[in-house]
Amino acid sequence: MASAQDHPCKTARLRIWRGTDRDQGRYDEYDVAFEDGDSVLDGLVRIRLKDDPSLAVRFSCFNANVCRECTMLIDGKVEYACIAKLQPRLIQLDPLPNLPIVRDLVTDTLSRKERF
Amino acid sequence: MPDDIAIEADVLIVGGGGAGMFAAVAAARNGARVLLLDKNVVGRGGATIMAQMTCASALGEAEPDSPRLHLEDTLSAGRGLCNENLAALLCDGSPKRIRELAGWNVNWARSADGKINQVKAPGHSRKRCVYVDFLSTGAAICAALRNKTSRDPNVRRLSNVTVTDLVVRDGEIAGAVGIDVPTSAAVKIKCNAVILCTGGMTKMFRRTTASNNLAGEGIGLALRGGARIIDIEFLQFYPNGHLAPRMVGLDPTTWEPTRVKLGGRLLDGNGEEFLHRYGEADGGSYDTARDILTYAIYKEVEAGRGSPHGGVYLSFQHIGAQKLKDALGPVIEIFERNNIDLTRQPVEIFPIAHYQMGGVEVDTDMASTVPGLFAAGEIAGGANGANRLSGNALPEAVVFGERAGETAARYAARHKTTRWDDKAAQPHVDLVRQVAGRNGGDGASPGRLMDELKTLMWSKVGAFRDASALAAACARIRAMREADLDDVRIAPEQNFNSSLVEWFELRNGLLAAEAVATGALAREESRGAHQRNDFPTSDDKFLANQRLWLDRGAFASSFQRVHA
Repeated sequence: MASAQDHPCKTARLRIWRGTDRDQGRYDEYDVAFEDGDSVLDGLVRIRLKDDPSLAVRFSCFNANVCRECTMLIDGKVEYACIAKLQPRLIQLDPLPNLPIVRDLVTDTLSRKERF
Repeated sequence: MPDDIAIEADVLIVGGGGAGMFAAVAAARNGARVLLLDKNVVGRGGATIMAQMTCASALGEAEPDSPRLHLEDTLSAGRGLCNENLAALLCDGSPKRIRELAGWNVNWARSADGKINQVKAPGHSRKRCVYVDFLSTGAAICAALRNKTSRDPNVRRLSNVTVTDLVVRDGEIAGAVGIDVPTSAAVKIKCNAVILCTGGMTKMFRRTTASNNLAGEGIGLALRGGARIIDIEFLQFYPNGHLAPRMVGLDPTTWEPTRVKLGGRLLDGNGEEFLHRYGEADGGSYDTARDILTYAIYKEVEAGRGSPHGGVYLSFQHIGAQKLKDALGPVIEIFERNNIDLTRQPVEIFPIAHYQMGGVEVDTDMASTVPGLFAAGEIAGGANGANRLSGNALPEAVVFGERAGETAARYAARHKTTRWDDKAAQPHVDLVRQVAGRNGGDGASPGRLMDELKTLMWSKVGAFRDASALAAACARIRAMREADLDDVRIAPEQNFNSSLVEWFELRNGLLAAEAVATGALAREESRGAHQRNDFPTSDDKFLANQRLWLDRGAFASSFQRVHA
């Protein structure tokens, strides 16, 4: 059966902020194969599988846009990674601003009373 | 490693989907101090929030109906294997819970006269399924329950905490051990009752409608805690799963509610209707049961009559643009963003892993075979037999969740003395620390192993099975859990270390996967969602429920005749 993994035909370059401290972070870049229609989240899941399992990204529903957990800055704009589409160019991903960083693209979006 | 975290509650609920949140509300209103945990975010992950439309409830608002008729349809869909007491609990309890949810601001779609709309879904003898427009039934239920649980002073919700082991002492529940995901700290939870609401396991299949967190962990937790599971070989493959073109921002189940609302014509790769070849009616209506439709689609593709991506076509081209807009509202815009215009093109569909009928064996108190351990929602086995009736998953979540919350609270009140013992918990805590330190070597990541498992389950334990594929799957899964898992390399990062979470997901999920393959190999017949190419018909000898449990690390199986 055909799927994106079987027939990737284009390449996006994702420039991803990494770290646990806003003042001491770095950017890592990854090339991701994709087919038209694939989401930025598809790309992040492929990077975790193929290149770097340590990349931190928050999601649970996977491309259905109901859990609303995958918000991040995509080229400077707040977007859901699961509905933003991959493009054959450089795309920069940053954690949401104005929230404590947990790590990489994961910020502390939880209500205070839902944490220890 | 950060310091361990210790917390306590009367009732611990693992999993914050529809069943878990309803259980929390019910346990709290029966006097318990409740701890509600979710590996992801309470009320955001799991399966309930993904549910788009049908929720079966014999309200009798569209036409005369009764829980008795709903039960008859449920038993008929279950192909003889339903636990009738559990199925009756589901059907009898649904109207009360649906009206209760209405009181908590779930806006059930209504007609102009104020009556709740009810539509007929496949397998139902009445217009019985309620919904929230547009395709947001589960999201609306979750929003109401998030609100309810967040305002209840007796419910403490904790997100990003995963449970890795149950602590069992002298055969009874004493608590649980887990991981605080943002810090990787081990968490020790002292409690008198545990309700597992972790949902199903369909994430372990290559094509799936599941959230990323539905890895069958509750089955692994229950088995290692000493519980029995029942009829786990029955997994529902949802016939109308989206295949092509690529679509994001919408669950791949979306064509089922669309068909329930509008009909839709199924066509083979040559553009011809094919359901008549399987004794079903062609045309735009949608009456074919899920197991039969899945069979028909597989057989069309096998016969070389598939669509370009290996499925069949589903066409809405005979339905006018305005009618589509009225039925689907803003969902049309999501199709547009994916370059899908239903008035001009069909989509391609193929069956997709959707729902686990079997699960933890429970009685009508939702109590498992281990004192103090309860289960509710998809993880609870029995109500759906060999095939779940469309629309029964949401009432199962809320009815069984409510029931489990009440009975677990009562159990905890009767067993006030804690059975917690640090010594019993310590091996589980040590394991968390030890696995977090497995940062060396060149082993695969847990994600790679899960990826292999998804391909294996799809190809060898999928909708059509045979002895040699199932035996090979059993052997490979056992090797994964007994050998490969020890060689996996864990990322060294402390904060939000998904690879650590994934290792424990696999440790429990591999047990669930092996249980399905083991159960499927032992059931030498075809019935409902379990189809064997080497035993293509149902066999009265197997009009029996299959129980599985762990005996010194290996699976044991026993069949018991229904009604015996």
